[in-house]
Amino acid sequence: MILKPRLEDVKNIGYYLGRIIIGLSLTMFLPIILGIALKEINPTLDFVIGLEIALIFGLVLTKLCFTEKDLNWMQGMIVVSLAWLAAMLLGAIPLYLSGHWKSYLDACFDTMSGFATTGLVLVQDLDHISFSHNLWRHLIMFIGGQGIVIVALSFMVKGFSGAFKMYVGEARDEKIMPNVMNTARFIWLVSIVYLILGTLALGIVGILNGMKAINAFFHGACVFMAAFDTGGFTPQSQNILYYHSLPYEVVTVVIMILGAINFKLHYHVWMGNRREILKNIETVTLFITIMITFFITAVGLQQLGIYPKAMLLFRKGFYQLVSGHTGTGYQTIYPMQFITDWGNLPLVGVICAMALGGAVCSTTGAIKMLRIGIIFKALTQDIKRIILPERAEVVKKFHHIKTIFLDDKQARSALLITLAYLLLYGLGSIIGMLFGYPFLSALFESTSAAANVGLSCGITNVNMPVALKVTYILQMWAGRLEFMSVFVLIGFFVAAIKGKR
Amino acid sequence: MKVHGSWFMVHGSLFFLALYAVLCTPYPAFAQTISSTELINNAKQRDGKAVVYVGEVIGDIMVRGEYAWLNVHDGNNAIGIWIGKDLTKDILYTGSYKSRGDWLEISGTFQRICPQHGGDLDIHAQSIKKINPGRLTPERLNLSKEKHALVLLVILCLLVILMPLKRK
Repeated sequence: MILKPRLEDVKNIGYYLGRIIIGLSLTMFLPIILGIALKEINPTLDFVIGLEIALIFGLVLTKLCFTEKDLNWMQGMIVVSLAWLAAMLLGAIPLYLSGHWKSYLDACFDTMSGFATTGLVLVQDLDHISFSHNLWRHLIMFIGGQGIVIVALSFMVKGFSGAFKMYVGEARDEKIMPNVMNTARFIWLVSIVYLILGTLALGIVGILNGMKAINAFFHGACVFMAAFDTGGFTPQSQNILYYHSLPYEVVTVVIMILGAINFKLHYHVWMGNRREILKNIETVTLFITIMITFFITAVGLQQLGIYPKAMLLFRKGFYQLVSGHTGTGYQTIYPMQFITDWGNLPLVGVICAMALGGAVCSTTGAIKMLRIGIIFKALTQDIKRIILPERAEVVKKFHHIKTIFLDDKQARSALLITLAYLLLYGLGSIIGMLFGYPFLSALFESTSAAANVGLSCGITNVNMPVALKVTYILQMWAGRLEFMSVFVLIGFFVAAIKGKR
Repeated sequence: MKVHGSWFMVHGSLFFLALYAVLCTPYPAFAQTISSTELINNAKQRDGKAVVYVGEVIGDIMVRGEYAWLNVHDGNNAIGIWIGKDLTKDILYTGSYKSRGDWLEISGTFQRICPQHGGDLDIHAQSIKKINPGRLTPERLNLSKEKHALVLLVILCLLVILMPLKRK
């Protein structure tokens, strides 16, 4: 029997949702400050309006739904899934007001793409956009990469037990510190230290490339935020091609890989446990899957013979592949070149890489390395069980910060999430094909959206059907939250309609 | 008759010389311009051929030794232009939020996978011509936005004053 949600549930959800919205809205002060500093009058007003609407919305919710009760699991999950939708709707306001998006839906698409660290874009005339709007585009990637709830938690002085439920609802099931608030702060510490180093590195490379200092450091900060959070936005329409620079590509590859590594692993490496990198199941799996998918891509490109030298093949092939595998979506080729130049086999290699993703508790999307590692271990365990005598006890273990014995529950959970991702990739492809796109292109774009990658083969553009835009928004949202929060939200609505008092 | 013969020989030779020059010069002065979409979608057919490309210079002019990179946007896509540093001297404006860049007509060789530049799709320019000068685009205050911001501020202030955040 399904029970109808109580008013108390709605109040709890509304109150914490309001608090998260208030926390998030405060981040709009950054583009406002930049806008004032650079005398960008109208863009500053766009953000003032966006901030005011978000604050009004947040204040009304916290007032109407005021409660002192803590969140339970169901409420925590619903708060997270609604917070992401609210962030999209409110974060899109300043973008839409800029006039660079043809419709509010397009602005919502880019905002969800930003928060979910995807990188697919519908922005128009990006090369003439203001600094403040460009900062906001990249800042939402930085915020979304760490997690909207993490950001909101960072603004809260006092911890509460419901915080962990929201933290889990945001697809982070690993605590780095015993306390979730301290975990949130550690994630921010890591990100800000890397932000400073990454901006400096990219800024210096930019200056050496011939860019003006202000542009070099602004681009450096933006590109860092999007690369470390495996997002894929860039300040200019040409993506990474704009820079025409091998050093820039090398630095972004390093940042993308850093972003694809588990924050827990960052913590252990920072604490001096460097050997963990070599032993951890996620880094080992990541290395192996990059090698396998790159092999597929390279063989395909070699067969086509479009790159006359091995070095050119490596530079183009490896960059797009690592970008896809880490879920970043940076490109050094034009989207249409995937179709016109790359052919089927290289596309399959990149699609596989995109579908796999990076580490859990990182900023990447997709199935993730821990699950792939566990599934592989479970498979070998089952094969051994069949081969060895029936009396033999087959025990499998893996190393993830500590040595863990593999049990059926872990394998089941990994397989279920993997299955959910595969269904999501497939569903988006079918919808793409219903609109007349060829199978491989539809699968490529759908995987890119659902795995929060952002590589595009040209389907994503302002003229694509509205239903496909909505499909990709939902894919980005569900993919980023790893389904559970979304399923709970759907269940909540079903209970509200069909449930009994 | 002799006179006519030499007239035809001289003028005929001149005509064929001119025809040869037009057909064999790598970058014909009156070649049709080509769009970025056409170049990207049909890169294989255009590879290594002379093209004339028109668009707005955007972002930075990135000087690399004796050459420089320009990124030129034709309204659909931007394409990288590899050009001698000296040729960039006349470019006064590049496109950004506060300016519209100079519009250039670029004559050069299209490279689908440029071996010199890591396999990038680019154009190696031989000459450029400014066809439309850029300009600064001073910003005017949008009064409607200002009005909305003020109204929302009043609502927000009322909310903060009338609805204290914490209840006891």
